[in-house]
Amino acid sequence: MQTLRSICMFKLPHYIKTRIKTKTRVMWVGDWCVLTAGIVLVAALFQQLWSHDGASRVQIRLGDTIYGTYSLNQQRNIHVQGAIGSATVSIMNGKARFSKSPCHNQYCVHQGWLSRSGQAAVCLPNQLSLELIGETKHYDSLSY
Amino acid sequence: MQIKTTIEDHRIAKLAALAIALHMLEAVVPSPLPGVKPGIANIVTLYVLFKYGFASAAWVSILRVFASSLLLGQFLSPTFILSLAGALLSLGVLWLSMHLPKKHFGTVSLSILAAFAHIAGQLTIVRLWLIPHASVAYLVPIFAMAALLFGLINGIIAHKLLYNEISITDTSPRGGLH
Repeated sequence: MQTLRSICMFKLPHYIKTRIKTKTRVMWVGDWCVLTAGIVLVAALFQQLWSHDGASRVQIRLGDTIYGTYSLNQQRNIHVQGAIGSATVSIMNGKARFSKSPCHNQYCVHQGWLSRSGQAAVCLPNQLSLELIGETKHYDSLSY
Repeated sequence: MQIKTTIEDHRIAKLAALAIALHMLEAVVPSPLPGVKPGIANIVTLYVLFKYGFASAAWVSILRVFASSLLLGQFLSPTFILSLAGALLSLGVLWLSMHLPKKHFGTVSLSILAAFAHIAGQLTIVRLWLIPHASVAYLVPIFAMAALLFGLINGIIAHKLLYNEISITDTSPRGGLH
């Protein structure tokens, strides 16, 4: 009996102490997992969305047909007759943009310069779109 | 006519007022990139969630969104819709992640997950409604990084607020004194 009691007396404060310690700990196992997963996600997003592949050509599409593909190493304005009017595509120093469009909302013009491979600007009202193409195309690499 | 109010109503009102004050404070602090904010009002949401349960947390969060937008003159503006979308989605994620085992997942987990949900809700609205073209994609990593960082910090602060008041006599698991 005496030994049992001494064990209890010894054990009880220790038990409480560990309880308090675990309760006030900030980061738990799951928290570390969530944090690690978060860091991996952010790193993956940076890698996926900030790939700095330069583009070499711009492809202009009118409706479902390819209107033309132009090198970005030139300075010129291309006038394209779209579904509702004439739009101007500017190419300069490896970049391309819609610089004039007859559409109402002007989203395509406000998007500004496109310079990276895979970037696209679409003008739905005028059925025109620009897509920048790099040396390696992102999605069609399997079917060359 | 007098509306009968309960103690819970008063508590929610007080905590919502605190959240609104933090939201206001944040609104006047300039941010390097529009939309990147610490979201310190979410500390209150987390605190309430852990202490008083999900219903109170939802009340505090939604009241905060409506009242702050009225005070800032943004009610029904895009900013308000963004704020509401973020709050609703992060409440949804909080509700789901509440059911994670409490033994392993604390305030930090919930805070980070809610912050990601918040940013995901806002970016979805931006992409679908405000800026319907692809260029928003370039901002996603920055927003995600901010969400992770501030989610972590807010989670740690919420934890400190919740568990620093613990005493030796209190042995209820993760218990509050109220």
